[in-house]
Amino acid sequence: MLTAEQWTEKFVEVIARASSQLPRDVVEALERGRAAEAQGSLAQKALDTVLRNIELSAGSWQPICQDTGTPLAWVHHPVGMSTRMLTGACEEAVRRATAKQLLRPNAVNTLTDRNTGNGSAPGIPTVHCEEWDEEHVEIHLMLKGGGCENVGAQYSLPNTKLKADRNLEGVKRCILDAIFQAQGKGCAPGIIGACFGGDRGSSFVESKRQLLRRLPDRNSIPELDRMEQEILAEANTLGIGPMGFGGKTTVLGVKIGWLGRLPASYFVSVSYMCWANRRAGARISAAGEVTWLD
Amino acid sequence: MARLTLPCDEATIRNLKVGDFLELSGRMITGRDAAHHWLIHEYREEVASYLKDSVIYHVGPVVRKHDDGSYTFVAAGPTTSAREEPYQADVIGRYGLRGVIGKGGMGPKTLAGLKQHGAVYLHAIGGAAQVLARCIRKVETVFQLAEFGVPEALWVIQVEDFPVVVTMDSHGNSLHAEVEKDSRQVLDRLLGLSA
Repeated sequence: MLTAEQWTEKFVEVIARASSQLPRDVVEALERGRAAEAQGSLAQKALDTVLRNIELSAGSWQPICQDTGTPLAWVHHPVGMSTRMLTGACEEAVRRATAKQLLRPNAVNTLTDRNTGNGSAPGIPTVHCEEWDEEHVEIHLMLKGGGCENVGAQYSLPNTKLKADRNLEGVKRCILDAIFQAQGKGCAPGIIGACFGGDRGSSFVESKRQLLRRLPDRNSIPELDRMEQEILAEANTLGIGPMGFGGKTTVLGVKIGWLGRLPASYFVSVSYMCWANRRAGARISAAGEVTWLD
Repeated sequence: MARLTLPCDEATIRNLKVGDFLELSGRMITGRDAAHHWLIHEYREEVASYLKDSVIYHVGPVVRKHDDGSYTFVAAGPTTSAREEPYQADVIGRYGLRGVIGKGGMGPKTLAGLKQHGAVYLHAIGGAAQVLARCIRKVETVFQLAEFGVPEALWVIQVEDFPVVVTMDSHGNSLHAEVEKDSRQVLDRLLGLSA
């Protein structure tokens, strides 16, 4: 069994990968977007720069984006393993990665308004631990930038302005509106994670967890699969395009989940992830062997 | 692609139009949220000469400090400019800036300021931190580092062939306003919300 120190070093590896190596499915979606844009357009030139940036960061193991974001980790662990140890190892890994410039000193003490300088602060990073029956640990890490986090949105249905009732059609209307409201500000083309139901807090967390799904992944619930495909197609007719320069590539993927709700509440939470969709997944065996899952 | 050397004069800026690609070379200064508050709170003599006839870059870089005390930008793409909307036009006017580099565009107050003072909004590619860091050849000096921290400090930098697109010009045109208006029409049609 690994020690807390060894887990910390494993998690630093996961951070290094997430920060500099964009997952293959995202790169492929960006390449398809580039091919779809008009020759010589602002949209195409923006995507050219994006694709060159992805190559440079992958080759040099330097951060894809200077905003290395909020580190959000979902950890599955075997029965009996200490979640306190795992959470502590994640936090220490963030501080080490910050010292190595794999992450920017990205945490501000909101009370004093001073940057903590080491990348961590209350609530940063966020670590969700869940026990399972497997013998190995699985970690999925996301680095979510502030620009895209700022354009996330939460709706409470019904919403008269959007003619959105408490049904799937209403959910869809909210998600399309959130994509419109974001324009290029969240670093389009973005990836949309959404959740309907839950309370305000749990709903947003689930919308982010949806962002861990690979882009080609299809929803196992037929109604939601249909909604994901429809929103993807319709959002790309909005003409917002890469960086909001205009164009056909506004959104690369839409992922939707749901949670139970109180009779009184019906929330729709939309998380926007920038094109630099930095996620890394790893299976780590009891002996410390790492298998990459992204 | 046109080249632009900084600092530059008003006539050069007035010639620029929405949609122009530019490669910038010369000296500029960085500044974001804390810097804009600081610049507006009182006139900051110590940085004024770096702002005059140059541009301010909205960025919070990842920076490496070397053993000899010098700095290198490791990752340096633009941050969202909209947060500076309340202050930007005043900063432009007070310090004689010729432009702003950022992402996401800015609003009507800044657009009016650009027109009044002869300045432009230059959009860099959001997230392209490696491409853009490689255009930053030298870090000359830094202000307010201890007070604001690395991302928020005002870094004076030398750039070479730094790629940007003019998305708001000094004649009242904004690509962002146009795209928002057009996409609003599409959304209203999709949702049956015709105004």
